Parts: sequence; C-alpha cells; structure tokens
Amino acid sequence: MTKSSSAGDQAAVGRAELAAPRAALSEAGKRRTDSDAGIDDSEETIREALHPDIHDPIIDVASLSLWYGEKQALFDISMAISKNKVTSLIGPSGCGKSTLLRCFNRLNDLIGTVRIDGDVFFEGESILGPDMDVHLLRKRIGMVFQKSNPFPKSIYENVAYGCRLQGISSTAELDLIVERSLRDAALWDEVKDRLHDNALGLSGGQQQRLCIARAIAVEPEVILYDEPCSALDPIATSRIEALMRTLTKDYTQVIVTHNLQQAGRVSDYTAFLYLGELIEYGPTEQMFVDPRRKRTEYYLTGRFG
Amino acid sequence: MNKQARTVHPALHTQAVVARLRKRHRRERRFRAYCIAAVGFAVLCLIFLFVDIISKGYTAFQQTAIRFEIFFDPEIIDPDGERDAEMLAEADYAALWRQPLLRAHGEVNTRALRRELYRLVSSGAAFQLQRMVANDPDLIGHKRTVWLLASDEVDMVVKGHVSRHLPEAERPVSDRQLAWLDNLAAQGLVEQQLNRRFFTNGDSREPEEAGILAALMGSVYTMVVTLMLSFPLGVATAVYLEEFAPTNRWIDLIEVNINNLAAVPSIVFGLLGLAVFLNFFDLPRSAPLVGGLVLTLMTLPTIIIASRAALKAVPPSIREAAYGLGATPMQVIQHHVLPAAMPGILTGTIIGLAQALGETAPLLMIGMVAFIVDVPQGFTDPATALPVQIFLWADSPERAFVEKTSAAIMVLLVFLIAMNALAVYLRRRWEQRW
Ligand SMILES: Nc1ncnc2c1ncn2[C@@H]1O[C@H](COP(=O)(O)OP(=O)(O)OP(=O)(O)O)[C@@H](O)[C@H]1O
Ligand SMILES: [Mg+2]
Repeated sequence: MTKSSSAGDQAAVGRAELAAPRAALSEAGKRRTDSDAGIDDSEETIREALHPDIHDPIIDVASLSLWYGEKQALFDISMAISKNKVTSLIGPSGCGKSTLLRCFNRLNDLIGTVRIDGDVFFEGESILGPDMDVHLLRKRIGMVFQKSNPFPKSIYENVAYGCRLQGISSTAELDLIVERSLRDAALWDEVKDRLHDNALGLSGGQQQRLCIARAIAVEPEVILYDEPCSALDPIATSRIEALMRTLTKDYTQVIVTHNLQQAGRVSDYTAFLYLGELIEYGPTEQMFVDPRRKRTEYYLTGRFG
Repeated sequence: MNKQARTVHPALHTQAVVARLRKRHRRERRFRAYCIAAVGFAVLCLIFLFVDIISKGYTAFQQTAIRFEIFFDPEIIDPDGERDAEMLAEADYAALWRQPLLRAHGEVNTRALRRELYRLVSSGAAFQLQRMVANDPDLIGHKRTVWLLASDEVDMVVKGHVSRHLPEAERPVSDRQLAWLDNLAAQGLVEQQLNRRFFTNGDSREPEEAGILAALMGSVYTMVVTLMLSFPLGVATAVYLEEFAPTNRWIDLIEVNINNLAAVPSIVFGLLGLAVFLNFFDLPRSAPLVGGLVLTLMTLPTIIIASRAALKAVPPSIREAAYGLGATPMQVIQHHVLPAAMPGILTGTIIGLAQALGETAPLLMIGMVAFIVDVPQGFTDPATALPVQIFLWADSPERAFVEKTSAAIMVLLVFLIAMNALAVYLRRRWEQRW
C-alpha cells in the first residue's frame, strides 16, 4: 500500500506541473515566462543554457518566429548548428520540433498559411531571403521524414531520382551512386537482388533506410531526420543509429526524436524545445548529466511533457 | 486500489450486450437486404434494357436477299461497246434483274402488276449491279449468280416482324406479293444473309440499304476532337487550380463557375456552339470538328472536377519527398502527382466522354442531324453521330427502321463498353498502392 500511495503522490505532482503552463496559456496575449510555471531560472542560467560554444557552425538560426495563420508555433529561436556533428531536437509533442526542422530546407513553403520572422543562415547565406534558390538549398540539405515515403517506383529509381533531377542520366554512373548509397544506408545486401522491384514491397524499416539512401544519394551537406525511427523495431533503429554515426565524418545531421536514449546515443548537441520556445541547448552529455534549467531536468527525468 | 469504486455500467454487462446483439444482427441483415435489393433492381433494369434492345435489334444484322441469275447484257449496259465510264453509269441496270423476274412470272402482264412484282426487290438493287460493273467491266456479256436485297417490306414479312395473317389492307405486302414470295422461297431463291451493308453503308431512305458506318465514323471523329481538346485542357486547368492557384476571390469565382457549368443543360452548349463556332467563326455546319468543340465545352467541367479530386487525393508525403530532394513544382507534378492521380483523371475523362458520346441535343443545334449517306472522311466533312442516327431512325415511319434503331443502340453500347474497358485497363496499368 505504501508503494502505491507514493506513486499517487508523484502523479499528483506531475499533474500540478502540467496545469500551470495551461493556465498561463489561457491568459490571452500574455507571453509565458518561466515564472508562470513556477520555475525560476536566473538570467545568467538562461543565457548559459541557450548559448553553448559551437565550433564551426553551418546553420545559424537567428531570432526565428513562425506562425501557422494566427497561431504562433515558434518563439524567437536562436541557435547555431555545428558542422559534421549530430544535433538532436527533443521536446514534448507539438512543441515545434518538426516545424523548426522544416525551416532549414524551407519545406514550410508548401503550407500556404505559414509566416516567418527572423532568419536562418546556411553557410552565411540567408535561407529565407529572396536570393536563396530553394531547389539548390534542398539538394544541399536533405531530409528523411517521420513516415517513410518512398516513391511508388522501383528501389533503384527511388535512389536514383535525386541524381536524375540533377541531370545525371548515365546508367553506369547511376548504378555506382545507387549501390554506394544503399551500402551507406545498410540496405544493399537486403535489396541487391531486387533493385527493380517496387519499393513499396519493402518492410517499414527497409523503406526508411531506402529514404535515407535516397537522401544521401545526392550528397547533401546536411541531413535532417524527423523522427526517423518512430516506426522501427530496436534492430532497425540501432542500424540507423549506426548509420548516423558513420555518416558524421561527411555530413551535418539534425535529428528530431522522442527517444531520449537515442538522442543521448547519437547526438553531440541537444536542443530542448518547449511550447515553441528553445529552453536549453548544449552538448548532449552536459545536458543529460547536468541540465542547466529546471524544465529541462523535469523533462529528462520524465516529470512532465 | 479501490475495487468497489469500479462498478460496471449495467448496459455493459455481457448478458446485456448479448441480448442486444440479436437485434443488432437483425438490423445488420435488414440493411444488407436493402443494399442487395437496390443492386438487384439496377441489374434487373439493365437486363430488361438489354433483352429489349437485343431482341428487337438482332434481326437487323441479317437481311433477306433474293437470288438472281443476271446476264450482264451488253445491249443494255453498253450498246456502243466503248466501255465509257459515263455511259456505263447511265445504263438501265434495273432492266437486268427485272427482265428475268418478268420471264419467271409469265402471268404478270399489266403495268400495275409489273410494279407490284418489282416491289419485291429493293430499289437499291440496280445500284448494286451498277457497282459490280463499275468495279469489273469485264462482267459485261457474262452471266452471274447475284443475291439482290429484298425490299424492306418483304424483309419484314420474312423476319416475322409484320404478320402475314393481318388483313391485306393493313400490311404493306399484298396477297399477290406474298404468293410470289412463297413461290420464290419454295425454289430456294430467298435467303437471310449477314447484313454487311449495315456496317459499311451510310444512312439511306431505304431501310434495307441503311447502315451505321457514317454515324459511327462521325462519332469517332467527334470523340477524337473532344478527347484531344478536353483532356489536356481539363487536366491543365485542374493542375493549375489544385497546385498553383492562390486562394483568392477570383479563383473561388472560377471554381463556382466550373461546378455550375457541369450542370448546364447540354442544349445550351449547342446554342453557344451555333452562335460562336458557326455564326461567328464561320466553321462548317454538320462537321465533327464543331461537334467536338461543343462537346468539349460540355465535357470540360466533368474532367476538371474529377481531376481535381484525383489530384487532391495524392498523399502530401509524396510531394514532400520530391520537393525535399530539390524537385521543381513542375517536376513534382510531372513525375509524381500526375502519375499518381492518373487513374482518377482517366476515370473522369472516360465518364465525361461517355456522356458526350451519348449526347444528341447540342449536335442538333449545329446541324449534325443532317441525312448523311457518305461516310465522312475527315473532321470537316458533313457527318452525324450515333445518338443522332438513333434519333433519326426512331423517328422514321418504316417498320424496318425499328430494328435498325435497336441495332444502332447496340453499336453505341458496344462503343461505350469498349471505352469503359479501356478505362479499366488504363486504370489497372497506372494503379499503385501507397
Ligand atoms: N500545417 C499546420 N497548420 C497549422 N498548425 C500546424 C501545422 N503543423 C503544425 N502545426 C502546429 O504547430 C505546432 C508545432 O507542430 P510540430 O509539428 O512542429 O510539432 P512537433 O514538435 O513536431 O510534434 P511531434 O513530436 O508530435 O511531431 C503544433 O501546435 C501544431 O498543432
Ligand atoms: Mg513532428
């Protein structure tokens, strides 16, 4: 009986924590502050938590705010992403991780109602500015989606498609690219005898690795992953994590994940978002061992979110 | 923790659920019975329609013919022996079959009786002989066995569509003619033959000579024009509205108008075609080109609406995947969206074309209701269309046109079924799972 009552206590605490930000949200027009949630971090802690030392940044997010119609989804986010490192974005569902990720390759352009303030720089060039050619940008910044989305074509054509878009049409060259990409994505051995079968005949995990092969076939500089393993079993997940580790020497990778262990395993830096705000950003190890801010600590210890 | 606090709602007890289950199953069965009844009714109507049309129409594919031994008499055809085409064309070919017929019926000695006797044979018989000679002038001076068509009245009696037991005044064939016919039949000179003319001739005032080919070709040319115009225009419009159009009042207005156009009576499109294509642009009357243009106007809304629905149904994840690799909007549409939407687009197109194929009213307005004997050779030749031909034949007083009408409907149905089969085939080819 003692055990169960203590569990009840803990649940009660969790509920109280959750209720606070909701109450804050309902106050029309009022921006949430940490004090609303009953969490007080000093100015200095906040500055420290948001400005880690980033060497050699490749993507620089500068005061980015985003609205879906009237609804604001991202609040004044600033962060730099380190080259040839893995950065993970974590946070509760609906906090804006996917939204932020899709700003990096301007996939939000496809949604008519999106309005963006601030900017993102990729190697010093404004991504959102009028001079950016979005098709070149998306070639240089590839993306793997949460739900695997191979084209209803052959495995070969899926991987070759990006290269065909870039004007590569020689079969010999494409053969090489397809094989190398599939090897990199740890899929080659499973599909080498059925390259011309429809990709939709693959299993979910294989389809996801095919999407990764398709993304790396065009040799992007950055790969964005949006919960790439959410539909995969532990074995497929570990293969993809291993793949990410081997890719670190050549690629900058940003991964959205709900799996904290995964973030801990694969990433060098971790950013924690909460209700559209960047709460803490820093080296993964430091964040997991010694989070600067209370809300991060609560999230990592499973006390809310 | 607190077991007593959890009480099961009485409606959720297993016994209560079981008790209700019987009622639910009964309702389920009743619902299914309604559905089956609806399908059954539709199938029954269809069967009735088919049986009616086929039973009335199948005899049109046969035609009564009478056997003649024709001597291609040079005295009649080519008295000068010059084989001059003009001379050959003007000869009295009717004499070629009338003389042996007269010889076989010695009792026929008055002019009125002779006329009565001649009416056993189609008035097109002379043309048949003329064509034979024109194709092969060497026939002149030789004897040949030739099957000449019986007149449509005789044909109707032979086929039993007109009862020979009617009082003489009420039937088109006199007692004397019946006797001659029976006499010929007894000698094995009367036969029902495959009616090839039905598929190779244009319209004719003589039912036994009338064929469907001119109308069929008119429909084919019209449909080609309609398809060539409405498919690309409709798909392009749908792609623009679905993929590129901004959301503003103008686009809303266009959308509403397209949806309304789909419900405009077709005769209005005919009037529009008359005013615009014939009177303003001065295009030829009765031409499949104009028919196709008018039917394009009518078909476009159907294709646009169906194509938009098909485009909307393409999963956004496919677009995102392609955009994510750096594809341009045109590449995304061309490589992924259109192929994925193609089954739906094709279905809409075929439905639109099938509607257009059966359309009569707008064609009447632009003159495609003319009496067309010659098979049209191109898009600007005067032509009619299958449904108009059906309308014309159904409106003709001769009894023999009844079976022609049904036969023409059968040809139209075969055309439709072929189009639908094509649609199914194309859909299968493009269909993909996600
Ligand atoms: N297309 C859209 N239109 C309107 N609102 C949107 C759209 N996409 C996302 N949002 C809103 O923006 C907020 C952030 O969504 P986002 O998808 O970025 O969350 P997320 O952190 O990726 O969540 P999850 O972990 O569940 O994927 C949510 O409140 C969501 O409702
Ligand atoms: Mg997401």
